[in-house]
Amino acid sequence: MNFSDHPPFVWPFLAGMAFIFVYLPLVYLNWLRKGKLKEFRVMPAHIFSSKTLLAVKEIFSECLLHRRIFRFNRRLGYMHMSLAFGWFLLIVVGKAETMLFTHDGFNPPYLPVFFKYFYPSGIPHTFKGYFFLTLMDLLLLFVLSGLFLAFYKRFRSRRLGMTRTTRHILPDRIALTFLWMIFPFRWFAESVTAGLAGSGGFFTLGSGKLLAGILPLDLMQEPAWWAYSVALGGFFFALPFSRYMHIFTEAVMILLKHWGMKTPERDNGYGDFELNACSRCGICTNVCQLSADAGITHSQAVYFLRDARYGLLERDTAENCFLCGRCSRACPVEIGVDELRLAARRRFAGELAAPVTGIPRGVNGQGTFPGLNTQTGSGMKSKGVAGLKVDVKEGMKGGATRDQKNGVEVLYFGGCMSHLTPGIMAATRTILEKAGISFAVLDEQETLCCGRPAMQAGLEGQAREIIARLSERIRQSGASLLLVSCPICYRVFREEYHLPIPVEHHTRYFSRLVTSRPALFHSSSLRMSYHDPCDLGRGSGIYEEPRKILRHTGTLVPVPQEREDALCCGGSLANLAITPRQRQQVTDAAYAHLTAEAPDFVVTSCPLCKKTFAAGKRPVPVIDIAEALAFSMTGDTVPTRLQKSTRELVAP
Amino acid sequence: MPTDKQVPPGSRVAVIGAGVAGIMAASTLKQAGVEVDLYEKEERAGGHLNRWHHLFPGREEASLVREGYLQQLREHSLSLMLSAEVKAIVREPEGPAGGRFRVTTAAGDSRDYGAVLLATGFRLFDAALKEEYGYGIYPRVLTSPELEQRLSPGGAGLDTETGPPKRVAFVHCVGSRDAKVGNRYCSRVCCITGVKQAMAVRERYPGCEVINFYMDLRMFGSGYEELYQEAQEVHGVNFIRGRVSEAAKTLGGAIQVKAEDTLLGRPLKVTVDWLVLLVGMEPSLSAELLASLALESDQAGFVASRDKFLQPGQSSADGVFLAGACGGPASLPESVNQARAAALSVITYLNRKG
Repeated sequence: MNFSDHPPFVWPFLAGMAFIFVYLPLVYLNWLRKGKLKEFRVMPAHIFSSKTLLAVKEIFSECLLHRRIFRFNRRLGYMHMSLAFGWFLLIVVGKAETMLFTHDGFNPPYLPVFFKYFYPSGIPHTFKGYFFLTLMDLLLLFVLSGLFLAFYKRFRSRRLGMTRTTRHILPDRIALTFLWMIFPFRWFAESVTAGLAGSGGFFTLGSGKLLAGILPLDLMQEPAWWAYSVALGGFFFALPFSRYMHIFTEAVMILLKHWGMKTPERDNGYGDFELNACSRCGICTNVCQLSADAGITHSQAVYFLRDARYGLLERDTAENCFLCGRCSRACPVEIGVDELRLAARRRFAGELAAPVTGIPRGVNGQGTFPGLNTQTGSGMKSKGVAGLKVDVKEGMKGGATRDQKNGVEVLYFGGCMSHLTPGIMAATRTILEKAGISFAVLDEQETLCCGRPAMQAGLEGQAREIIARLSERIRQSGASLLLVSCPICYRVFREEYHLPIPVEHHTRYFSRLVTSRPALFHSSSLRMSYHDPCDLGRGSGIYEEPRKILRHTGTLVPVPQEREDALCCGGSLANLAITPRQRQQVTDAAYAHLTAEAPDFVVTSCPLCKKTFAAGKRPVPVIDIAEALAFSMTGDTVPTRLQKSTRELVAP
Repeated sequence: MPTDKQVPPGSRVAVIGAGVAGIMAASTLKQAGVEVDLYEKEERAGGHLNRWHHLFPGREEASLVREGYLQQLREHSLSLMLSAEVKAIVREPEGPAGGRFRVTTAAGDSRDYGAVLLATGFRLFDAALKEEYGYGIYPRVLTSPELEQRLSPGGAGLDTETGPPKRVAFVHCVGSRDAKVGNRYCSRVCCITGVKQAMAVRERYPGCEVINFYMDLRMFGSGYEELYQEAQEVHGVNFIRGRVSEAAKTLGGAIQVKAEDTLLGRPLKVTVDWLVLLVGMEPSLSAELLASLALESDQAGFVASRDKFLQPGQSSADGVFLAGACGGPASLPESVNQARAAALSVITYLNRKG
């Protein structure tokens, strides 16, 4: 056979393939051009190292086998795997089959795709031929089974572990239609040809014989192969504009990731790979509490990435998110969606002169993050109301003085949220005093901001200013350790401050205290469930220490979703767009989840989580782990303050 | 509507709660010839009135007013059951005893009634829920009833711990008009209570500066506005519009208050010797009672009237009536008026049934 005279039906496929192979590299190069030269300088060292092998391994296990989706749900994993890996094998095995047949690696690209049209009997009369016919039919069945599941998922998504699925846009629907046509058309075309030729694999020949009884196969053959080719070509043309862009982009992204590229603070092109690597599988919508509890269904990671990709991102979509990290953790592609969101917020914040909505504004429109606008000591003094002398900055003069701070073991920083939950600061004080640890409180007489809320709002400049000022004060303290109650502060101290002394969250510090001096703490019969704060758990990887403390002081009650899968309390400062009512819905659902086993207390280790849960009437009190620990030290196993209502306290 | 003619027209009525509303409703019913049992879970009658020293706006002695109500009880020799917490009220199904209510106390005693009048009052907001104000953490943070106790004869005053106070601040709307604690409604009586108590502090400690932090001042009652003017003009009480954001303990044990003066538009910090939280009212009727009587409640959780224009004091359930703060925040005179009106509704109901 002379391959130079192609049958005309191969052209749609050839055109589509040519388009993909020309267009995609151009797009990728265009993205990479955004990066600075120095960002690529690190690359060669990575390219010629084991990292490339690791990348290939990850491409194989994630782009083809979809191991992470399997972990989420086996049926869903199978669906994705059979489509991706099945198709991949059809291509590879098909190529091998044609190479064996033609004894030439350079056969035309359409030959493996339409092999059965040319050679319905495969490699004739050999075991090899029979083997390939059977294998190719099995692979086709494999892909069709995945397609069946995908179709089934449209109606019964819950059976595949999905309570909610992605709402798709027009380009996705077009590409999806072509994709769903490809394999049934392939089966039909191969069956028709097998039926006509009277030979083929067990599956296609079987169905071909059946079809021969009801259809005029000789008239059907050309149209059937045309249809198959058009489906393929159509899919390829639609691919770069639809979610299926992820097929190739994910692989390139994995390579770049292993070669040292990161989700950027500045747009360096890697972000584009991440945006386009999203397959819109919708697993993120499924774990998002905003959709589950508050009816917010436009700002989930999948929609954020989609809108950002098409340049249609609206501010609310970027800002209606707790940054709780549940979706990033669930994402099978491991897209750094939180970082991308922050980058988008910075862009939105930069577009406007005024600070972002939801961030308190000062008198002159300046931010009022505590400590930002205050010069120490000789501050402004309010004239006050007539006859009323109010010292605006009075508190700044008092407090632990610099001299006292020098040489202390621990410098304790409560942060703004612990100032709103003074029980935590009081408990921390009790523990440190009773344990005989010398300490000073950095923000005893004034509330200082760590800078994280500004950072989460995209207000980079203000955040940097806050960080610089607070860093200086911590450096001057002379303490050997910075102890913080708030995971939000803890994270920014660790990630952005570059302090000369170690930073510890109180869970970790107190857990060491419990280990080294267990006799200080008494055990009780209290049953406690533990709420993992987002920034401490997913954000900082601290799961075991608080549980160790609780197991020492009482009984730890498990909750259905905990550790990496823990729910957000709904109080996150990072959501700049949610309404109070929606926030309450998220909080109520999380609270119900934590109290399902009717514990005596819900214990958390974040002042914001505590404050969030405490709002409203709660049958089971929510306390901080420092409070639980302080109670266990004073032997006051039942915290009376929490048990007595005001009425009881004042009853005559 | 029960059709059983055997239930006599003058059948007994259970009044739940012997606060001012309960006492007034019971004695009104009794005067009209209806037999009443008055249930009270505390050891003595009088309800929240027992906690107050002076009443607004006329600053009458609360103990004298209370005595007047108790006199009513004695005069009409009412059947008053003290330390008798009502655990369950069940409407008997249709039949010979159909439509009757069986009232069971915590001790297990039960009795049948032809109608029930709820006068269960309110619960004070638990100030510890506004943790940022430090109630229960800092000893110098008080609630308004605690201040009242301190200022009453034999009370500790504000000088036992510290000597005469130099500055005292009041925080209005603690647990009221605050979506963050789930209470969106106004408790109505705290504004004027804050004015009254501020004046009392100034009178007792003349050198003490007094500041009231408020959102709005709702001086709706007769004599309220006049008292507010008097507090400023005669007693020199300061009023600052702005919510207190947080309180912290200073090294000396005093309380540092952070707030914003929203009229001047600037943040301020004030150190005070005492911080007084004007706690609001919350529904107190247990969820079990609400459910067992199939009562509807309003969005704040107080018992709802069937029709607040035409049938106030008549709950959504037939034969169940309400008076006083169990139906929503109310002042003492309002509660008393509601009690008398509800008593009339009960009589009409019993007559119609009979």
